[in-house]
Amino acid sequence: MDRNPQIQLNGQGLLPTAPALIELAGLEKIYKTRGSRSVQAFGPVDLAIDQGEFITVVGPSGCGKSTLLRMLAGLLTRSGGAIRVRGKAIDGPQRDIGVVFQSPVLLPWKTTIENVLLPAAVLGLDRAASRKRALELLAMVGLQDFTDRYPGELSGGMQQRVAIARALLHDPAVLLMDEPFGALDAMTRETMNMEIRRIWKGSGKTILFVTHSIPEAVFLGTRVLVLSPRPGRVADLVEIDLPDDRDIDVMSSDRFGVYTKRIRNHFHAKGMIE
Amino acid sequence: MNANLANTLEHDTGVPPDEARVGFWASLREHPEWIAVPLLFVIVAGGWELAFHLLQVPPYIAPAPSAIWQSLVNGISRGLFIENALYTLTEALLGFACAAVCGVVLGSLIAQWRFLERTLYPYLIAIQTTPKVAIAPLFIIWFGFGMTSKVIMAGVISFFPILVNVIAGLRSTDHARIDLMRSLRASRWQIFKMVQLPSAAPMIFAGLHIAIIFSILGAIVGEFVGSRKGLGNLILQMNTNLDTAGVFAALVCLSAMGITLHLIMHWLQKRLLFWSEQNQIAQV
Repeated sequence: MDRNPQIQLNGQGLLPTAPALIELAGLEKIYKTRGSRSVQAFGPVDLAIDQGEFITVVGPSGCGKSTLLRMLAGLLTRSGGAIRVRGKAIDGPQRDIGVVFQSPVLLPWKTTIENVLLPAAVLGLDRAASRKRALELLAMVGLQDFTDRYPGELSGGMQQRVAIARALLHDPAVLLMDEPFGALDAMTRETMNMEIRRIWKGSGKTILFVTHSIPEAVFLGTRVLVLSPRPGRVADLVEIDLPDDRDIDVMSSDRFGVYTKRIRNHFHAKGMIE
Repeated sequence: MNANLANTLEHDTGVPPDEARVGFWASLREHPEWIAVPLLFVIVAGGWELAFHLLQVPPYIAPAPSAIWQSLVNGISRGLFIENALYTLTEALLGFACAAVCGVVLGSLIAQWRFLERTLYPYLIAIQTTPKVAIAPLFIIWFGFGMTSKVIMAGVISFFPILVNVIAGLRSTDHARIDLMRSLRASRWQIFKMVQLPSAAPMIFAGLHIAIIFSILGAIVGEFVGSRKGLGNLILQMNTNLDTAGVFAALVCLSAMGITLHLIMHWLQKRLLFWSEQNQIAQV
């Protein structure tokens, strides 16, 4: 393993002042190819995420955005480094982490509410309490009138809302979202962005949100993690100082333009955009 | 956008008044086959009847439709067909039930453990490529002239379409669904029970659909080789007596049985797998 000795630090300096909720220390992914050659796919990356942050991750295709998220979700083994949640090193999926995937991944034979209740069924949670919570969550994502519909009867945006409600059912502290709105049309996507901000503010969750849209990353995040081309490393970590009560108009503000330009410059500098 | 969809959904639930009024004739215009299918039957049967009378075909070579009808009515009124058909149906369904249980269980085990697949694969290929009909005489020796040998024959013939579809169905589970379950720390059994098996249900059902028709074939083959009862047995007897019209009448009973099973499976599939996009696969 040819570990890069140079470790990149986050923008805050070496030691965070308060113990971070999630800590990545030298996290990396190396793929072995045939002929025992290895390809560095991601990292090493160091990052500290505080409770209640909304971290958005942008980077060029193939930089390992999804790899990072899948390692955090415990779906992919890491090749080196460590992931710590509340100071405890973790391995494999965690109960305290909810995942929203690129596609809604609803089970088509279950109704909306049954889909939202899937984590309760898997984790063996109390039925009545879970059902009550599922109804609350469905009301929160505006689907209270669709609880008994099947996924095939819902639009793409509605399906992704069900997936978000499902990820929140067992009340995890962390929500990982892997380009959840990538397949939606522009209008629906804007609505969903507003909604996820609202959910984040209302629930106090810590969110890590992967996207390939720079405006989306700036609009949503409290910090934007910009990854370099493969192997993805921290190219920049941009603190977003925009009003907490953001609406779509913020996207046309000067400050918003400054942020998107700064991030876009990283892409241009690396020759990632022609 | 969401409001639009909600509107569409609401409209779907109410039947537009126009359509309700026109009723029968409107649905007839949409389904011309409701006329065409019986019409084709009348033309073929009528042409057949006419040709046989004109050419004076001897009835032991092939019967005219009127003779088949006569024979069918006679056989049914004497209870001959019903009794034997029920006997054959019992054999077929018992065999099918055994095959379904074995196929789903073994297929699930094979889909879960690569090792098991690698070990059993050559044997399964060997068994599958052997014409099962050729084993039928052995079953008579081992299990006698009674029902058991036919049940086993029906089971053996309908086993493979089920097994193959169970394995293929379980293997083709969308990986994202398994990731979802893994992210929730689901156990292997939970993943199998809650995601893989239901995901595979359309393909498993397609296998069951083929298999239930095959099971009749198995029962009849078993009866041909050696039996005392059943429609296959009846066909052999009638053939020996040169009662060709009777043979045809028995065939009509067999195909009625097959069509009924097909329709039941089709209905079940529509009821149980309404959510499946591949609902068409199972239409044999």
